[in-house]
Amino acid sequence: MSNDARTQIRTFITTKFPDVTFSDEEDIFALGFVNSLFAMELVMFIEKAFGTRIPNEELHLGNFRSVALMADLVARQTSAAVG
Amino acid sequence: MKAETRSAPAGLAEVRRFVDLEIAPHANTFERAERIPREVLSRVAELGLWAPFLPSEFGGEAMDMVTLGRVHEEVGRGCSSLRSLLTVHTMISASVHRWGDQAQQEKWLQALARGEKLGAFCLTEPDRSGSDATAEGTTAVRDQDGWILNGTKKWITGGQVADLFMVFASTGGGMSTFLVEADQPGVRVVPLPHVSGTTASMLAQIEFTGVRLEPSALLGPQGWAAGTVMTNALGLGRYSVACGAVGIIQAAIEACAAYTTARSAGGVPLRDLPHVRQMMSGMVTARDAGRLLCERAGALNDAGDPATIMATWVAKYHASKSAVQAAGDAVQIHGANGFSPDYPVARLYRDSKVTEVIEGSTQVQELTIAAEAYREVAQ
Repeated sequence: MSNDARTQIRTFITTKFPDVTFSDEEDIFALGFVNSLFAMELVMFIEKAFGTRIPNEELHLGNFRSVALMADLVARQTSAAVG
Repeated sequence: MKAETRSAPAGLAEVRRFVDLEIAPHANTFERAERIPREVLSRVAELGLWAPFLPSEFGGEAMDMVTLGRVHEEVGRGCSSLRSLLTVHTMISASVHRWGDQAQQEKWLQALARGEKLGAFCLTEPDRSGSDATAEGTTAVRDQDGWILNGTKKWITGGQVADLFMVFASTGGGMSTFLVEADQPGVRVVPLPHVSGTTASMLAQIEFTGVRLEPSALLGPQGWAAGTVMTNALGLGRYSVACGAVGIIQAAIEACAAYTTARSAGGVPLRDLPHVRQMMSGMVTARDAGRLLCERAGALNDAGDPATIMATWVAKYHASKSAVQAAGDAVQIHGANGFSPDYPVARLYRDSKVTEVIEGSTQVQELTIAAEAYREVAQ
């Protein structure tokens, strides 16, 4: 799931911002292309693509800084839903 | 506000009748009085239109966004001030549903759905434009386990009659969102009269002086993620404004069709003049395009698709600019009568201009939409 999630999240971001290059661990907010609109798009994308609703306590910057952290968030939410 | 309850919100045909009989004929009177009568707000509640998108357990009917957009278009056709009240009430009701905890949802959603409590959205500040929404002037400082709120919000639609304010405030490490009841000590409502455009929307400045907030007043996540709360609410507001702007175009078409049918110039019915036909054709095309764009944005929202965000920007950009064009053409077609309070078109023009300013000005939208175009081409 985690690698698949990484791929999907990366694809979503690079489709929107094809000129930006970054690693899965890199802080995408530090690269300066994420504004509030795209942040909302990221939240909506994750919720739709992975069939989950991100709870308020998980909605903090630390969970969205990188592709890897977002994939970890997805793994936590989907495992919580299964469990 | 008490109203009859009903098991389902009104269908579109019923909403249309309501607008035709109880709203549109009186919209100029509402504008002159600078308020929507309480009885009209109660009728909106009777029809189940305050928050029909909420699930049934919270008093709604789980109405989809496409249908909600058509409802807001219809209301906007009759009176943009009333549509504005629906807009901000929608933003708050949806926010409490999306971000509220169980206690907040149980406390507020039924009352919001029934229109027993009216909501207002408090973001813009006197010294800071709504396009620069950092809410830095209003602060909420930790006090024991709660908060102390200080600051001033301006241009608050429905502020004169709202029971519940959704307030954005700086909390040190970023922004947070609070639910503040209008009757709390330290809350002062100052009406903003004589505003040109959506004049009956009961705008107010809301002053918060040492307002003590319980921990339960905090809505949703803090800091960075509070921007998501704001963006989500503004997106819904933008959608409602776009649909309302389509309603303004429809109202312009109806007013011009009636006027040019009844009136002649030089023995020729106005409706037969080519330049009138040209303007009418422009209105019809703009309305249809606007409606389609709104439907696309609404359908994407219903599907949870993030593309709804940009689709809503595009819909609102087109609809608001087209509404200004249509209402301006309607005034032109009416000649001197276009400036008269005996006709609706001057009000339509004033109201249309508001749609180009609120929930993302035309110029801010151009920055956003053009940036998307460059991204698309770069792919």
